[in-house]
Amino acid sequence: MTTLPIEPVPAPPPSIETPGAEPRWTSLRGVNASDRVYKAILTALALALPLLIVLLFVQLFVSALPAIKRFGFSFLWTSTWDPVAEIYGAAPMIFGTLASSLIALLIAVPLALGVAIFLTEFAPRWLRQPVAFLVEMLAAIPSVVYGLWGVFVLIPFLRSYVVPPLKAVLGWTPFFQGVFYGNSLLAGGIILAIMIVPYIAAVSREVLLAVPVSQREAALGMGATRWEAVWSAVLPYGRAGLIGAIILGLGRALGETMAVTMVIGNRHDISLSALQPAYTMAAAIANEFSEATTNMYLSALFEVGLILFVITVLVNAFARVLIWRVARGAAVGSKAL
Amino acid sequence: MSARTVRRRIASGLMTGLVAVLSFTAVLALVLILVDLIAKGASSIDWAFFTKSPVPAGETGGGVANAIVGTGIVVGLAALIGLPIGIGAGLYLAEYGSGRLGFLVRFIADVMNGTPSIVIGIFAWTWMVKPVGRFSALAGSAALAILMIPMIARTTEEMVRLVPHSLREAALALGYPRWRTSLRVVARTALGGIVTGCLVGIARVAGETAPLLFTALGNLNFTTNVAQPMQTLSLQIYVYATGPFEEWHRMAWAAALVLMALVLILAMVARRVTRQRYGRGR
Repeated sequence: MTTLPIEPVPAPPPSIETPGAEPRWTSLRGVNASDRVYKAILTALALALPLLIVLLFVQLFVSALPAIKRFGFSFLWTSTWDPVAEIYGAAPMIFGTLASSLIALLIAVPLALGVAIFLTEFAPRWLRQPVAFLVEMLAAIPSVVYGLWGVFVLIPFLRSYVVPPLKAVLGWTPFFQGVFYGNSLLAGGIILAIMIVPYIAAVSREVLLAVPVSQREAALGMGATRWEAVWSAVLPYGRAGLIGAIILGLGRALGETMAVTMVIGNRHDISLSALQPAYTMAAAIANEFSEATTNMYLSALFEVGLILFVITVLVNAFARVLIWRVARGAAVGSKAL
Repeated sequence: MSARTVRRRIASGLMTGLVAVLSFTAVLALVLILVDLIAKGASSIDWAFFTKSPVPAGETGGGVANAIVGTGIVVGLAALIGLPIGIGAGLYLAEYGSGRLGFLVRFIADVMNGTPSIVIGIFAWTWMVKPVGRFSALAGSAALAILMIPMIARTTEEMVRLVPHSLREAALALGYPRWRTSLRVVARTALGGIVTGCLVGIARVAGETAPLLFTALGNLNFTTNVAQPMQTLSLQIYVYATGPFEEWHRMAWAAALVLMALVLILAMVARRVTRQRYGRGR
């Protein structure tokens, strides 16, 4: 980004201090002209963030407008994706995005909450830092490396050791029908799960650390076992924050691109079976954007991007509100790389 | 002890064991991935790997020198654009951020931290590739810079907030104007933390692929021209991993090992800096 807002801050009125901002500095403001310049520069830089998010939205909307006008809301629930006939419906990718994220949450939530609870409540002190570090390192692995690992290690493993027993036990349900070729909703969901564990774990851990010690002491003092103290006094206290952490993980899973693109199979189709290939919104953009030769095709992909953007912004905003209620103001989760 | 108490104690012990097992499962995932990376990647790494450009498909040999240099250029440029804006925004949040605008900026930074990078990629394409009709490393850097700004802003803010208030007061009492206090005393004290945040931010965008697909695009040849398409390690891994050749897969693992080492080293350096400064807290 090279565009910066130019001088967005009006010169403050000469005599009266602007109220509101940080009170302890009030008496010092306006003393020095260079102070005003300093503040103006910092404010301009800070305004880059709101400007960026507005620009992103407007640009995506403008680029998606031809598709929005042409297909209206039917874009969301029709499933024909035919670049030759110029008919686009995003239902399969919306379904795939939600389904893969749901599988990811089913696996990641118990793992991540387990990590957070273990690290804050049970682990010996010497073990806490190293384990937390290792789990956070999962967030440092680039998405494309997860994809590579998924293609060459996870999928063969699933094919030999996981899918046959799964089919034997649960093959009669609609969720495990059909032949497993490798690239599938299941593989995408598992990769996503590993990827979001560090985020959910890091935020949950900070939420649990913010629970006052008195909560635990009160429960233990009443004769609760350690697990009962955690279950009945610690977890309920941090509930909003923990839900926030999970939703934050969901936001990550929804928008994750490379790893999922490489293992999910990329097929425009809605199938309840986790063993079948599927598609996600992010994967569709990654795969088809460079092949989109007509304006309508491009516009349809921008609309997919717009939907993805709006969904993740809403999900993230909701998560932040929940987390801020518990650990106010702290940049929770920024620790996770 | 009544039977009920025994049952409760056993339940407590079982649950403790369960959360411990879950924790080690998560750690195990990391170990497995790292072991696979080393096992499948290390054998392909030799001197040529770092010094040669890729050879045409089907031939053996060649390296990823172009991708390593490209990663450096694209990420370096991104840092050049993103760090000043991010650090400035972070300083604003720490120094003036208690008002309504501060709240808004903080909230937007947190929300933008979760924005899918592919969306940033097509945004950068619309602004920097479509108008000039050419993919370029610069467009890729711009996309990565957008990803960096909210991250850097939030970590800078956190680090600056750790500076004790007495330091500011001392500087102000000596007659320092506020901007000098902020830059020369407060920001300087927090410098270690800010550098850490920057390293972490750089490490994270260095592994990004999605925003580069339609901006930096990738390039089989060695180039340092930022107005041209450029290869990065992440793009190279993607192309090699999804390609049909055994030789490519081997190269993909080796490139992944190099990228992973790069990212981990940055992250560990960052971690060391913070720990020295602020102790083992949290």
